Amino acid sequence: MAGAAAAALETRKLVKRYGEREALRGIDLSVEPGELLAVIGPNGAGKTTLLSILAGIVKPDEGEVVSANGNVGWVPQQAALYRRLTVEENLLLFARLEGHEEPRASVKEMLELTGLRERRGEVVARLSGGNQQRINIAIGLLARPAVLLLDEPSVGLDPRQRARLWDFVLALAERGTTVVFTTHDIQEAERYGRRLLVLADGERLFDGAAAELREALRGEAPEAADGDFETAFVAFLQHRGH
Amino acid sequence: MRWLLLKDLQILRRSPLQAALLIAYPVLIALLVGFAISREPGKPSVAFLNEVPEGARIAAGGGTKLPSVGVEDRICARVECVPVASRAAAERKVRSGEVLAALILPADLIDRLNSLSTLNPQTPEVEVLVNEEDPLKAQVVDDRIESLLGQANLLIAKRIAAEGGRYLSLVVDGGSFDVLGAPVEILGLRAVAKILRELRPAVPPSQRAPLDRVIRFATLARDNLDVASPLIDRLAQPIVIDKQSVSAPTPPLEVFAIAVAATLTLTFVILLLVAGSLALEREENTFPRLTRGLVSRSALLGEKVGLGIAVGLVVTLLMLAGVQLFVPLAWERIGLWLVAILLGGAALAAAGAALGSTARDVRAVSLLAFMVSLPIALLSLVPSGAVGAGLYDAIRAVTALFPFKPTLQAMTAALDPAGPGIGRPLLHLAGLTVAYGLIARLALRRFSTV
Repeated sequence: MAGAAAAALETRKLVKRYGEREALRGIDLSVEPGELLAVIGPNGAGKTTLLSILAGIVKPDEGEVVSANGNVGWVPQQAALYRRLTVEENLLLFARLEGHEEPRASVKEMLELTGLRERRGEVVARLSGGNQQRINIAIGLLARPAVLLLDEPSVGLDPRQRARLWDFVLALAERGTTVVFTTHDIQEAERYGRRLLVLADGERLFDGAAAELREALRGEAPEAADGDFETAFVAFLQHRGH
Repeated sequence: MRWLLLKDLQILRRSPLQAALLIAYPVLIALLVGFAISREPGKPSVAFLNEVPEGARIAAGGGTKLPSVGVEDRICARVECVPVASRAAAERKVRSGEVLAALILPADLIDRLNSLSTLNPQTPEVEVLVNEEDPLKAQVVDDRIESLLGQANLLIAKRIAAEGGRYLSLVVDGGSFDVLGAPVEILGLRAVAKILRELRPAVPPSQRAPLDRVIRFATLARDNLDVASPLIDRLAQPIVIDKQSVSAPTPPLEVFAIAVAATLTLTFVILLLVAGSLALEREENTFPRLTRGLVSRSALLGEKVGLGIAVGLVVTLLMLAGVQLFVPLAWERIGLWLVAILLGGAALAAAGAALGSTARDVRAVSLLAFMVSLPIALLSLVPSGAVGAGLYDAIRAVTALFPFKPTLQAMTAALDPAGPGIGRPLLHLAGLTVAYGLIARLALRRFSTV
């Protein structure tokens, strides 16, 4: 397939059904290396299902996922951490399970990256939600993935924690990691997503930059297209029957 | 897998309540079992009021009387007697719960006993005061009193039978007999027959027929009364018990108690630990992260089973070491103990994993583990014959599906040198391990929900 060699991650005609309901309806997607892709859409659009299939946790009923080197990191929406272990113990466990030759060196690297070196001996349960999310992402990075999947990474964080989290994610992207994230925060998607994938009822409604979405809306609802991005997004969905 | 095991032990160490329970539970069980089986059964406290006049004797036929003194000693050897001065005091002690019951021997008890050998027999009665506010306690009191009276009746009957036998011997063989303190010589049927036979030649032949009839009567009476003597002996206790076991030799009670304690310890520790540990992976949302290429579901299952077996082994050996302080154990059989603990632990851990894969959080799964294991453990202790045949078959079928009973059988066999074979329960446990392992593995396929 043309362009497949260049794509960090690609999906072909993904279909997922839960009983009678189709959660995904033939989704095609291609993500380039170092790209920051935001997956947005209303509740039940299929965002988490798509990410779960990309992560290999859920199997699609039809279609396939192809990744350039098969190395996809996944950070679930809820922090997947052992709350009774310390920050360091959590990182060390997953570094060992990932088969790192020098797991302690990897832990040190992640502690530096997350800025939690001073708190490495603290039990995770005592950390704030933002710090737990940073550890959650750091564990996802231990696999040294070419593609990192983040499922609603900023849920439950205060504005300051969100800002620190996105600084961290943007730094990863700058280093060449492809980041695909889902979010309900449309402003956040516009601000951090270099490209947007809009899903509704399992269908792909839009795939492009935020400015392109505004342009697509301009002919249908010019006032909304020039408003804030959330207003534009809602109008976009309404004009497409969602 | 070793890193996961290390992680689970670290989590266990970080849960002080859970870790304390894991240590405290076997220590407590060991202490309870040790105290229970190393001490004699406690005697129930009974208030005792003896109104029988001192020196009263029980008539035993032929003018002799059995001494009534010593009755109190005999009763108080069976129960903890609390002497009281009056009926009112006895009643107060029973009402307050200070004693289980009160036993009152009325003043006319001996007279009534003596009347049994007269033309105007009266029924001897003893008075028992009980507080039946608790049906279980009432049953205990009834059983104890029935047992005491049964023994007293047997004792009196034996003494009377012995006196009757002595009297019969006098009639047959003759001898000396006290009447109002004066000795009276009894000739006896044997001597009568002999004298008459010696006199027979001196009697005219025409008059010998009546004499022969008397000689014949004396001979027959002597021979038949000889037979009557052992019959009188048997009157006191006509039926004796010849107990023969048709089953395999049963283990001594203390061995069975230790096996029950060890199995309970294994069951609760392993079931709760494995089920809780597996549910924790779901509660902490780490299961999908682990099984996304880091660890296979089967390996994770194996790690949980291994964790359960390792902790169960340590805790059970700790409990047995505690019991050793009270009762000597056959440590030379430790090889068999280990086999029983390892296989029982494996089956229980597999069952715990199957339970753990059914619930989303640790608290729910802990409750479920208790709700399943407690009734199964109790049902496993129901002996055959205690309930109807149909119900027992149902209980046997249900308990065979859970590892508690075969683990108990294996532990009993391992602890008791003269006990039943260990092979069958071990085979049963191996089968249950495979079955529950498969159930848990299938359940883990739908464990991951995002």
